Amino acid sequence: MAQINTRQAISDALMEEMDRDEKVFILGEEVGVWGGTYAVTKGFYDKYGPKRVRDTPISEAAIIGAAIGAAMVGLRPVAELMTINFAFVAMDHIVNEAPKFHYMFGGQFKVPMVLRTAGGGGRQLGATHSQTPDAIFAHFPGLKVVAPGTPADAKGLLKSAIRSEDPVMFIENATLYQQRGEVPEGEHLEPIGVSKVQRPGDDVTIVTYSKMVGYSMRAADELAKEGISAEIVDLRTLRPLDMGPVIESFKKTNRAVVVEEGWPSYGVGSEVASRIYEEAFDYVDAPVKRVAQKEVPLPYNAALEQHALPQVEDIVRGVKEVL
Amino acid sequence: MADIVNMPKLGFDMAEGTLIAWVKGEGETIDKGELLAEIETDKATVEVESNFAGTVLKQLVTEGAIVPVSSPIAVIGEAGEEVDVDALMAEAGGDATEEAAATPEPAAPSPAPAAPAPVSTPAPAATPAGNSSLPGGVKASPVARRMAADNSINIASVSGTGPDGRIIKKDVEAYLATPPAERAAAPAPEAEVPAGPALAPLAGMQVGEVLPDQEIPLSRLRGAIGRRMVQSTTSVPHFYVTYEYDLGPLMSMRKQANAMLAGSGEKLSVNDFVLKATALNLRNFPNLNARLDGDRVLHMGRVNLGVAVAVENGLLVVVTHDADRKSLRQISLEVKEKAGRARAGQVHPDDIEGSTFSTSNLGMYGVEDFVAIINPPEAGILALGGAKQVPVVEDGEVTVGWRMKATISVDHRVSDGAEGAEFMQKLKDYLENPVSLML
Repeated sequence: MAQINTRQAISDALMEEMDRDEKVFILGEEVGVWGGTYAVTKGFYDKYGPKRVRDTPISEAAIIGAAIGAAMVGLRPVAELMTINFAFVAMDHIVNEAPKFHYMFGGQFKVPMVLRTAGGGGRQLGATHSQTPDAIFAHFPGLKVVAPGTPADAKGLLKSAIRSEDPVMFIENATLYQQRGEVPEGEHLEPIGVSKVQRPGDDVTIVTYSKMVGYSMRAADELAKEGISAEIVDLRTLRPLDMGPVIESFKKTNRAVVVEEGWPSYGVGSEVASRIYEEAFDYVDAPVKRVAQKEVPLPYNAALEQHALPQVEDIVRGVKEVL
Repeated sequence: MADIVNMPKLGFDMAEGTLIAWVKGEGETIDKGELLAEIETDKATVEVESNFAGTVLKQLVTEGAIVPVSSPIAVIGEAGEEVDVDALMAEAGGDATEEAAATPEPAAPSPAPAAPAPVSTPAPAATPAGNSSLPGGVKASPVARRMAADNSINIASVSGTGPDGRIIKKDVEAYLATPPAERAAAPAPEAEVPAGPALAPLAGMQVGEVLPDQEIPLSRLRGAIGRRMVQSTTSVPHFYVTYEYDLGPLMSMRKQANAMLAGSGEKLSVNDFVLKATALNLRNFPNLNARLDGDRVLHMGRVNLGVAVAVENGLLVVVTHDADRKSLRQISLEVKEKAGRARAGQVHPDDIEGSTFSTSNLGMYGVEDFVAIINPPEAGILALGGAKQVPVVEDGEVTVGWRMKATISVDHRVSDGAEGAEFMQKLKDYLENPVSLML
C-alpha cells in the first residue's frame, strides 16, 4: 500500500469522484487557478476547467447557498470553506437550510452536497482563526459531520461523503495535511457513521477523533511503557454518532477518557460521556474524563497556544486519573 | 432561644451513629441530663442525655437514620417558640463542631501516642456528606455494584481502594478471589441442607424439612468486627505458642478465697486469677504490652487488659485499666460490671477503649485449647482454655491434677517465638504459685 499524506489522499478522493461522476464539481475561494489554500485542488483547474472547478467571490454565504441550490437540482457540489472559522458567516445556510430542506419539502428535494473545510489550532493564527467548533455542527439533525484522523479514512470517508444523498460537513484538520499513512489505491470507501477501533487495549478506552487520534496513539505508546493498555476508538463521524465500538470497549475496560481538540463544555466529550452513562451505566468503574482545550480563546503566543491545546501528556495524565 | 442537639461523639473512632429510638417525642419537656434518644454506634447502644432543658421542639432525624458525628438531631427550646430551623442550623454551623469537640473524650491511655489506632480504613465513614445519601450507604462504582449483585455478595462487605474509599471493580474481583472462609463477614455460602434421615426429631420441626435460605443483614457491630479481623489477619503476621499449666494450687486458693467472700455476693473466677497473672506478667514483657507504630514499637506504660465478652450477635473487648496495679477483687468486680453492661448493650465508651493486650476465654464451653486473632493495634492476645481435672503423672504415679492450656498469639513484626515462649513459661510462675498474685 502506498504511503501518502492526507492532502494527497483527499486530492485523490476528489479526482476519483470527479472522474467517476461528471455531476461532481468544486467551488470555493482560490480553489481553481491557485489550486486551493492548502493545495488540495492543485492541477484540478487545468484538468477539469472553470466549469467544474469554480473560483468564487469572498462570500461564504454565496458559496454554500450556491452549493445547496446546485445540489437541489441534481448536481454533486463539493464546496470548500477556507477555514471552519468562516462557517459562522454562512451559518444560516449550513444549519438552517442544507439539513432541513429534505425534511421540510417532504422529500421532494435532497441536498447531496459536501462542505469541505479545515479546522484546528496550533499554527499561531490567533483566536478567531484557530477554532475547533466541530461540536456545534454536530448539534443539528440532518447534517452529517465527518472528521477523519488518518489519510486512509480521509480518502475513504470523502468518497462516501460525495456519494451521500445528504449534506455532509467534512472537517479536515489543517495540521494533518502533511501526516502520512498507508492508503489503499483506487476505489476505497469508508462508511459514514461507523466508529473504528484504531488500537486494541484492555485497561482504558480512549475515545477521540481527527488530530487527537494521532496524539492518543502517542499517549498510548507512553502508557504502554508503564504497562497500561489503552484501546483507542476513533469516532470518525460525529453525526450520526456510532457508539457501538465505544460501548463495547467500555464494557471491557470500565474506564474512558474522551479526547478532543475543541473546548470541553457542551462538546464531543460531554456527548460521549453522557451516552456511556446512559448506555453502560452498570459498567462504570470511574467517572469518564474529558481531555480538551482550555476554556479560553486560543492565544496567539506559540507557547501559550500549545499550553491551551490538549497535548499528549494531558492524555496520559487523564488516563491515569481514571485508572 | 432554641438550642440544637448534635450527634455526640462517643468514642475516638466514632464517625457516625444510628439513631435507634427517640426517648422524648416532639412537644415533650426535657430536663438537662434527661434521656433524649438511644444511639447505636459500631460498638454499642448508648443513651444520649440532653445538654439543655426545655421542650423538644423538633426531631431533625427519624428513627433508624445514620447521622454523622456533630450533625444536628434535635432542637430544644421553650414550648411554643417559633423556630427557624434552617437559620438556627446555619448559625450553629460553626459552633456545632466546636461543641462536639469540647465533649470530654474518654481518657486515652498514657502516653499520648497510646490512643488506639482507628479500626480498619476510616475513609468511607469520614465522608462528610453522610453515607446515608449513597445507595446502600456505601460508596461504590456502578460496575462494582453490578458485580456484587451478580455474585450475590453484600457490597458493604467489600473494602474499597478507589478515590475516597470508593469500592471499584478491582476490589470486588479481589473479594471474589478470596476464599469465602477468609472474607470479612461474608454471607454464608449456599449450603446444601441435608435431607437425609435425621438422627432425632427436633422440636417444632419435621424430620428432613428443608429450611429456606435467610438473609441476615449485618449489624454495625458485626461489620466492625469483620473489618477489624480482616485488618488483623491480612496485615498482622501471627505466631502461636501453647502452654499447659498446673492449676492445682490456684484451684485450692480460689476455694479458700471464695469461702472468705461467701455472703458478700462476690466470687472470684479462675479467669480473674489468670487475668491478674497475665497483667503482672506483662510488666515483665513490655515488648508484648506494645504496638507497632510505623518504624517503631511503642511499649505501653500502662497494662490495660482486655477481656473478650460475647454479646448478642458479636463480641466486645471490655478493658480493665491498670490491671497490674489492681487487686484480684477489683479486677473481678470491674470485669463483671463491664461485661454486664456490654451484654446489656449499655457499655460506656470507656469500658471498651484503650486495651493494650487482650484475653479470650472459652473455657466455660469445655474448650481445651484454641487460638485467638490479635485485636489490632495490640501485639498479642491470650486464648484460655478451661481448667479441668485430668490424670497426671507425679513421682511416677498416676494421680488427679488440675490442668489448663493457654495459647498466646503474637504479632511477629514485634516479637518472635522465643519471647512468646518465655512469656508463657514465666506465666507459669504466677499461675502455679498463686500466692504471688496476692502480693
